[in-house]
Amino acid sequence: MIEQDWAILLARAQFAFTVSFHFLFPAFSIGLASFLAVLEGLWLKTGEGVYANLYRYWIKIFAVVFAMGVVSGIVMSYQFGTNWAVFSDKAGPVIGPLMAYEVLTAFFLEAGFLGVMLFGINKVGRKLHFVATLAVALGTFVSAFWILSVNSWMQTPVGYEIAANGQFVPGDSWLTIIFNPSFPYRLAHTVLAAYLTTAFIVGGVGGWHLLKDRANPGARKMFSMAMWMAALVAPVQIFAGDAHGLNTLEHQPAKVMAMEGHYQSHPHGAPLILFGIPDSDRQKVDYAIEIPNASSLILKHDLHAPLKGLDTVARADQPPVIIVFFAFRVMIGIGFAMLGICVWSLLARLRGKLYDWPLLHRFAILMGPSGLVAVLSGWIVTETGRQPYTIYGLLRTAQSASPLDAPAVAASLAAFVLVYFAVFGMGIWYLLRLMKKPPQAHEAPLDDAPIRSAGITPAPAMIEGGAA
Amino acid sequence: MIDLTVIWACIIGFAIVAYVVMDGFDLGIGILFPFFKVGQDRDTAMNSIAPVWDGNETWLVMGVGGLFAAFPLAYAIVLPALYAPMIAMLLGLVFRGVAFEFRWRDPAHRAFWDKAFTTGSIVATMAQGIALGALLQGITVKGRAYGGGWWEWLSPFSLLTGVGLLVGYALLGACWLNWKTEGGLQRQAVTYAGRLGIGLLLVVALVSMATLGLEAQYYRRWLSFPGVLATAQVPLATVIVTFLFYRSLRLKRHAQPFFWALSLFGLCLVGLGVSIWPDVIPARVTIWQAAAPERSQLFMLVGAAIMVPVILAYTGWSYWVFRGKVGTEGYH
Ligand code: HDD
Ligand code: HEM
Ligand code: HEM
Repeated sequence: MIEQDWAILLARAQFAFTVSFHFLFPAFSIGLASFLAVLEGLWLKTGEGVYANLYRYWIKIFAVVFAMGVVSGIVMSYQFGTNWAVFSDKAGPVIGPLMAYEVLTAFFLEAGFLGVMLFGINKVGRKLHFVATLAVALGTFVSAFWILSVNSWMQTPVGYEIAANGQFVPGDSWLTIIFNPSFPYRLAHTVLAAYLTTAFIVGGVGGWHLLKDRANPGARKMFSMAMWMAALVAPVQIFAGDAHGLNTLEHQPAKVMAMEGHYQSHPHGAPLILFGIPDSDRQKVDYAIEIPNASSLILKHDLHAPLKGLDTVARADQPPVIIVFFAFRVMIGIGFAMLGICVWSLLARLRGKLYDWPLLHRFAILMGPSGLVAVLSGWIVTETGRQPYTIYGLLRTAQSASPLDAPAVAASLAAFVLVYFAVFGMGIWYLLRLMKKPPQAHEAPLDDAPIRSAGITPAPAMIEGGAA
Repeated sequence: MIDLTVIWACIIGFAIVAYVVMDGFDLGIGILFPFFKVGQDRDTAMNSIAPVWDGNETWLVMGVGGLFAAFPLAYAIVLPALYAPMIAMLLGLVFRGVAFEFRWRDPAHRAFWDKAFTTGSIVATMAQGIALGALLQGITVKGRAYGGGWWEWLSPFSLLTGVGLLVGYALLGACWLNWKTEGGLQRQAVTYAGRLGIGLLLVVALVSMATLGLEAQYYRRWLSFPGVLATAQVPLATVIVTFLFYRSLRLKRHAQPFFWALSLFGLCLVGLGVSIWPDVIPARVTIWQAAAPERSQLFMLVGAAIMVPVILAYTGWSYWVFRGKVGTEGYH
């Protein structure tokens, strides 16, 4: 490969690495912020201590997740410019304003109220504090709204004109750009994904503590709430995913061909390839296990509908099939496993055994991180399936990059990998440690966190400051 | 000539000022952190910024996001040109941002996270200062792209601006602590503020003189007649503000020194403005050359006009909630 190809490959790896890490945190914090708002709302309404305790339990976790989301997010807003300068120059007039709106309407809202949410309860009173929690939760959603609009526009670009200097510039209506064809589907599917991610983490933690102590009221409550959330959202998510896929078929057929592993066209109904190993060199799927005509049924709701394959797409325009194909199956597999736990928990509830079924609790623990895996797999499908373009059909990835220097990108990639694994690895370990502690009957408010309330805890920092 | 592009240049200028005003002091506290006693003093220093650092840093995102949106060409040229310092800044901010939480989560490694907090703050500050220096000394532009090498940003001048910003932020941090804390920590902060003030003046003088030699444009702006009558007001004002700063320190005022120190920063920024206006990449690309089309700028302006006042209002509210001195038990 020539130097510039290496540089681009490294730049792609760097972008994929940093955005994947970033997204792990929002995927959790979008759902967790809403969960905290619900807990605080229930506490205000019912006055039951268990809600307050759960709020305090999860807010410690939220604080750590949020901090990691913020710092990894700031990295993203510079990555477009450092590594994808041509893309930034060309697409800036269209997507720049959307991202500016994200800063104005979402990031400031989250950040502005976060301090009060974390440290302000004794300063502003319960009602105003609840408002702060709601503001943070709303902020996370608004953030997802704008960034997904940006991403969707890159997938299904509409409403633009091309200026004399080669820039994409906005056409008459911003609404056309914002609500581009794939956006509603992507927004719904991703926000549901964030809720599921949170539900399964909360459920996993609840299951863990139920195994140790079935009577712990906090563990019971969180497990029950998480299972309700999972039971309600998992089936909806499958429908949303299906609708999303149909939309993709309409606008990015090559991506769906890669997801399905359809190298060949099937004029009389296409099989559903459950498993196999795609080989793009030979343009066929080895060891395929198929259900005849099922793909046509799912995608066209007709057993014999014709479906085109990648043989209708020039080789240079095909996405890397193997990545898309496997990532897609991971996501779908998890989607159905989630459906499984949803049915199981409903059954347990019906039988009055929700808190006394250790096998269910074990399964919930196993499924704890499944949302995160599904979310990343989903994004890998989406983004890799869009290749070889950054702006679908219009601007190729290879033509989007900055005038890059391979050693410089390699160095920065290495630095990101080292720092992210070390720092976020530690962070994730702290999260697990927080989750390992059972919820207490009198959960301390952010006990050892920056702001301790007078009298509740002695300042632990004074004892273990350590030698600096 | 007031047009949308000028308005956007002002908004981004405002975001940069807001960033320096708000994040400057909390990076400064990171820089000074190792000099504070382990235990109560450090905890208090950290507590004084814990509820607000995230909001402060968002102005940085606003600055770069605004640049991307309103001047995409500048964004596309500047960031590759400053590749190494930008990556360093981002990594520095990672360490520093997580340290706020992690040092409380892991008492056994608190000493480590305290170091991460300081190192992250120093790296991020130096990188910002170096970026400023690199922009001022001029970057190579070829067509619509950056045309220089990967080390172009590195020069004695950019290192000088890096150190200058380090001293400047540390000064803001010291003044903030003088305002927000009591007792030994406050006294320590006052001592530092006095010394850092002198340091800052020295660096600013050096940077100013060096700048004049960088580009003919700067020299002309500052020293040709009759413009010099106007530009001479900047150094004059600096002398006056310096006097007021030291007076307020001597009179043991709590909040005042912070605002005088900010005014010093303000004057530096005015000076910068004189040198580079109306360029977005100094002496290379003007704001009009880099501007996004009117439709983009107008659409955002609507948002900015509504949201910026709202943001300022709730940011102000949050500072108000955490007003007063930070006690040892946090905000009580
Ligand atoms: C908890 C997470 C989760 C779960 C259980 C599922 N998905 Fe998903 N999926 C996502 C999380 C996700 C995501 C992270 O939110 C993606 C990435 C980009 C996007 O728009 O949503 C995604 C993308 C995505 C795409 C790609 C769309 C495109 O790029 O154009 C399709 C076709 C599906 N999903 C379909 C499904 C189906 C049929 C599922 C049910 C079995 C399913 N997903 C479960
Ligand atoms: C948040 C979850 C996301 C994940 C996990 C993710 C993942 C990825 C991955 C794996 C690639 C590399 C694809 C390849 O090169 O084969 C990529 C590319 C890219 N993505 Fe995303 N992405 C996410 C969100 C976004 C969003 C919201 C945007 C836009 C605002 C975006 C913009 C891009 C761009 C510009 C590239 C270009 C580099 C390339 O195509 O290689 N991504 N992403
Ligand atoms: C689907 C994709 C994405 C979603 C849903 C998303 C959402 C979020 C959320 C909710 C936050 C708040 C902090 C947190 O909870 O962790 C956040 C932080 C951030 N994100 Fe993302 N993000 C995505 C991808 C990106 C991309 C591609 C960028 C880069 C352009 C980006 C830029 C940022 C920035 C700058 C922050 C820090 C905000 C602050 O200072 O408060 N995000 N993101």
